[in-house]
Amino acid sequence: MASSLETISVAHLPLMPVHVALYRDVQNAAFLKGQLLDGQAEFEYAFIDASMVLSRAQVIAAVFRAVNDYMHNRLKSHNVHSEIVFSLNPTNNISESFRRFGITDSTKDMLVVKVSVSPEITHESVAAHLDSSVQGTPVLFDDQTLSEMSDINKIKKAYKLGALPSPTAKKNDEAKQRLENSLLSSIALRGS
Amino acid sequence: MEEYKPPALPSPFNNTIPPPILLTQGAEAHLYKTTSLDPSIPAALKIRPSKPYRHPILDRRLTRQRIISEARCLAKLIREGVSVPALLALDWEGHGGPEGGWGGAWLMMEWIDGPVVRVVLEQWEAWMKQNEGSLDESQIENEEARVRGLLRKMGSAIGVLHKAGIVHGDLTTSNLMLRPSADAGDAVEGTGAPSLEGDVVLIDFGLASHSNQDEDRAVDLYVLERAIGSTHPRSEPLFEALITGYRDSYKGASSALKKLEDVRLRGRKRSMLG
Repeated sequence: MASSLETISVAHLPLMPVHVALYRDVQNAAFLKGQLLDGQAEFEYAFIDASMVLSRAQVIAAVFRAVNDYMHNRLKSHNVHSEIVFSLNPTNNISESFRRFGITDSTKDMLVVKVSVSPEITHESVAAHLDSSVQGTPVLFDDQTLSEMSDINKIKKAYKLGALPSPTAKKNDEAKQRLENSLLSSIALRGS
Repeated sequence: MEEYKPPALPSPFNNTIPPPILLTQGAEAHLYKTTSLDPSIPAALKIRPSKPYRHPILDRRLTRQRIISEARCLAKLIREGVSVPALLALDWEGHGGPEGGWGGAWLMMEWIDGPVVRVVLEQWEAWMKQNEGSLDESQIENEEARVRGLLRKMGSAIGVLHKAGIVHGDLTTSNLMLRPSADAGDAVEGTGAPSLEGDVVLIDFGLASHSNQDEDRAVDLYVLERAIGSTHPRSEPLFEALITGYRDSYKGASSALKKLEDVRLRGRKRSMLG
């Protein structure tokens, strides 16, 4: 299976490359979730339900928040990867954040994030492990593909933004920018 | 004289390549230009450094309170669709300095590309002064109509802000920006007069607060009116256009404007007598 793992250098975090892969039609979400719950170290990833993702910017904001808190020893959860899932949540409830943004046994569209917090974690090592563990179709991690997966109403509900206008299918419309900016503020302000 | 050295940048910006550029500093905060989380998109970084002369616990608490209050106001305005910069990231407990301990708080915002209204009005007033002799009456009228148009847009932006339940607390022409539309030039074609086109964006919510009171709204308008009177004398007589723009922007505007007349008579501070 061709890997589509993207390695992103988030600005201001030059020492911590971030590896992201997006999958469609995942067949073994239950297995991946089981490995994660069993605390299997090699399955320490941020597994995210892609229907809760509006855009790249939302994911990168959560990754930045988690890594910044990790660098300053302020994690609220087990590790930087669980913290990414938690950082997507607008409130301080960790189990709620996993219910909302984490994967379930029936998740089909899934986003996986891994941060190079140690030198052994490289693009190659992550790509190889994901290729052998995830049964699904790798797709491009871009706003277009994400928009085909996102459940706007669920996202608005999780962030308590029901009053905002819903973005239409059109690309880059004003409503989408406003919703995205609202998500970014919620992520930045969590716990304040 | 020794060259001024701003305080060390809080982590992670001490690792940022290229380093953030210091743009301005006030008593409370330093403003830098850097990139957003996407290295190809610029961002504004507002840092409230720790104040070593203050008691450390008090310093932390005050700084934290103020940066969070600013971020919450911004977040509310973003949700309401008011024209303000997006809030991209925040740390009310920044780390920096030699020991890597408490190093002030910071807030990253969308970069607004455009001049502040103060500069736009200054340019316009300078241009008018220079060309006064060669302009006929209708040209002068036309120029003043352009400034009235800008003032109306400013009034309307402030109205939308107040409608959202926020008062700015420090409205000056330096805290209003003019984001040019994508296709606009920086001068009016043919005449060389500065362009006044674009969207008004409100910035700097460091002194903003939640309020729906006419009194607070009127003080916002009064402070701006006084600021325009002292920094832009040529534009002051046109202030009425700002009031018009404000009046038409939301339902409660007329009662806030009624209050403005009281505030004008007594000044910004309310009498504490009786």
